[in-house]
Amino acid sequence: MPPAPSTSESFERAALEAGATLVTPSLPGAIACRLSSAGIPAFADRLAELGAHCQFLAATDTRSDYGDFTLVYVFAPARLRPAVVVRVSVPASTASFPSLATRSFAASRFEREIHDLLGLVPLGHPDLRRLALHQFWPADYHPLRRDVTARTDFVDAGEAFPFRRVEGEGIYEITVGPVHAGIIEPGHFRFSVEGETIVNLETRLGFVHKGTEKLFETLPFERTPALAERVSGDTAVGHALAYCQALEALTGCAVPARGAWLRVVLLELERLYNHVGDVGMIINDTGFAFGHAHCFRLREELLRLNARLTTHRLLRGAVVPGGVAEAVGAPALKDVAKTVERLVTEFVEIVGVCLANTTVLERLQGTGRLTTPIARGMQVVGLVGRASGIDADARRDAPFAAYAELEVRAPVYAEGDVWARTMVRLDEAREATRLIRAAADRDPAGPTRVPLPAMTAGAQGFGLVEAWRGPVWHWVLADGPASLRRVKIVDPSFRNWPALEYAVLKNIVPDFPLCNKSFNLSYSGNDL
Amino acid sequence: MIAAIAVAVAQVIVVGAGAPLLVGVLRTLKARLVGRRGPSPWQPYADLRKLLAKEVVVSTTTSWIFRATPYVLAATMLVASLIVPVFLARPPLAFPGDVILLMYLFLLGTFFLALAGLDAGSAFGGMGSSREVAVAALAEPTIIVAVFALAMRAETIDLARVVERFSREPLLAANPAHLLAFAAFFIVMLAETGRLPVDNPATHLELTMIHEAMVLEYSGRYLALVEWASAMKLCLFMTLLANLFFPWGAGGLTGPAAIPLGVLVLAGKLVLLVIALAVLETTVAKLRLFRVPELLAGSFALAILSVMAVVLV
Repeated sequence: MPPAPSTSESFERAALEAGATLVTPSLPGAIACRLSSAGIPAFADRLAELGAHCQFLAATDTRSDYGDFTLVYVFAPARLRPAVVVRVSVPASTASFPSLATRSFAASRFEREIHDLLGLVPLGHPDLRRLALHQFWPADYHPLRRDVTARTDFVDAGEAFPFRRVEGEGIYEITVGPVHAGIIEPGHFRFSVEGETIVNLETRLGFVHKGTEKLFETLPFERTPALAERVSGDTAVGHALAYCQALEALTGCAVPARGAWLRVVLLELERLYNHVGDVGMIINDTGFAFGHAHCFRLREELLRLNARLTTHRLLRGAVVPGGVAEAVGAPALKDVAKTVERLVTEFVEIVGVCLANTTVLERLQGTGRLTTPIARGMQVVGLVGRASGIDADARRDAPFAAYAELEVRAPVYAEGDVWARTMVRLDEAREATRLIRAAADRDPAGPTRVPLPAMTAGAQGFGLVEAWRGPVWHWVLADGPASLRRVKIVDPSFRNWPALEYAVLKNIVPDFPLCNKSFNLSYSGNDL
Repeated sequence: MIAAIAVAVAQVIVVGAGAPLLVGVLRTLKARLVGRRGPSPWQPYADLRKLLAKEVVVSTTTSWIFRATPYVLAATMLVASLIVPVFLARPPLAFPGDVILLMYLFLLGTFFLALAGLDAGSAFGGMGSSREVAVAALAEPTIIVAVFALAMRAETIDLARVVERFSREPLLAANPAHLLAFAAFFIVMLAETGRLPVDNPATHLELTMIHEAMVLEYSGRYLALVEWASAMKLCLFMTLLANLFFPWGAGGLTGPAAIPLGVLVLAGKLVLLVIALAVLETTVAKLRLFRVPELLAGSFALAILSVMAVVLV
């Protein structure tokens, strides 16, 4: 049987067959509907036949308005278009909904998070261990409910997390972290090894859970873009842009052409400095100091270029609701493009030298292999997905900013190893250079921003951005003209962390840092 | 008698005081080779002084072995510096068969360090110890066989006499056995002193470490002693390499100027070796851990071939 077409029409038909009522979409290019919670599993099965899976799930406490909780699902293929947004009401009396955990890996993680933070029970979920909160948090304390008051009266009495235990002759555990020797974020890695071979890895994150999503609800509105930039320090533009796009979708604000093109330049500059630094770190983990020294020299030059363009080395403060800050773009974009071209030419040359060294290549090839079937099964996204044969890039498939006018070429490798993830970065650095040049050639005149209209309570909007790691989602629900009811953020790290546990299987312990570096996932973006 | 004591003291001082400089020069060179400015060659002395002034933190689960190991390490290296022909062919403790004592002095330090790695009970120490012992077990026969190839050529098992013979009759070294033994010994030196491509001395990644994983628990003056001892080990291995395989200038010196002249000659040879090591470490990546035995097996094969070359050629 040929695969059923995944088109907006087929999704719409499936929604109507499932008994849903269509509503105005909050995600550009998607259809939206309301459905009863009991109908969700059957609808998910029908959409799976059409090639769409759960890509996003947010829950929010709307008891004060409607006397229930609201779930917002997004079902879409890996390419995220076409998509269907499903709104589901969960009665406050039962506070439970049917789980999709056995149908979608991504859904199983979203549901665990909802179980922790809002206390809604996904019925039939096979693994309801804590995900976002740690063991010592009180069982009845769900910080994202709107009627809770912040509590600080509980202490860590050493309650253990129920890790999967691997037993057998000669198998022992190595526990690493949460505090590491290098200057990286905190995360706990529990290896079960046989000799040097990894037979199981379980990661435990959440050590930098800082209530970011909750903070959006109370912070003065004009300071929220700055908070979005700080979700993950290395994805300032990615998160700020997704947040601003969500606000713009919510208010129906159209960004002027110059703002949209500058957003492309900013996002690609962020991609560049991260990719160049990452490749340097990957090469460094093979013990080849040459690549590290030169990649970090280039990264520094890129950061200085960022500072010249936006006054901030990590591009903070550049993306604002309604466009891009006026100060951005004072240096001519042609000069920016020229500098980028010079630096990336050097970068390509340096990577060429490193990969021509067989001792380096030998460490990268075949290490940390994430096969395409496993990557598809775990719904891996972004850069890691493209290195494992998943051809998806929101810049091309679900264009935003000015990407619709550019033909973004997404590199895809089937190998799924550290080498493939390095090559995707190299190719994307080249592509970023081309996109920046295209933006500089266009260089449209006019204002960079327009004022954001006032929001209406109950309005909601999505922002979806292909940041350097992969798709960043922001979903915003307004509470008033300048106040927010709920902001749900999904960093690609949240989606990809579990895949690392599979990629390292059958590798040896000393190769773990290399695998980890090639994923380079954010802890902060995961622990919201 | 007084002269002998003077030589003994001078040997210990040259090795003990010079070793950190050797490490510092190596680091500076490596930094320059990748285009960084790098720290000054004198930095290891500043590091040692800082560590000596710092508080010692010792895990409550450790035994006396953990506290004794730094002293054992430093002591074995200082004694070893009396056996290795540093700048005179005849070191103070020379006797027939001293090469065997020398190898086992090195191994004694390794043995204690491996125990100390296990002592604190952390996962990393145990990992480092198991890896170090695996490497040492593979490296040890190579050293003995490679040195014996030279000893057979020189027809003596006394290190000093080997050096003397080769410096008197340089043509004796013009032999494939010499070259093969040099290659074998060089590879083993990389493994024994934790250099690339076997171990990465600059890494901060606990999971990849060999030598550094064992010393993770050390701090303060203990760490200073451990660092100093590993610098001395590198210095002794390179000195041995320099004087066994390029003995010219190490044997024939006599008179009051012998010591300073000998030190100068040694320094020249070490500089060349350090440059070679820095270039090598810059051009290779670290081997995957399971490739290390292959490398060491290769070096053992070279050592065996070297002995065969002595017998056959």
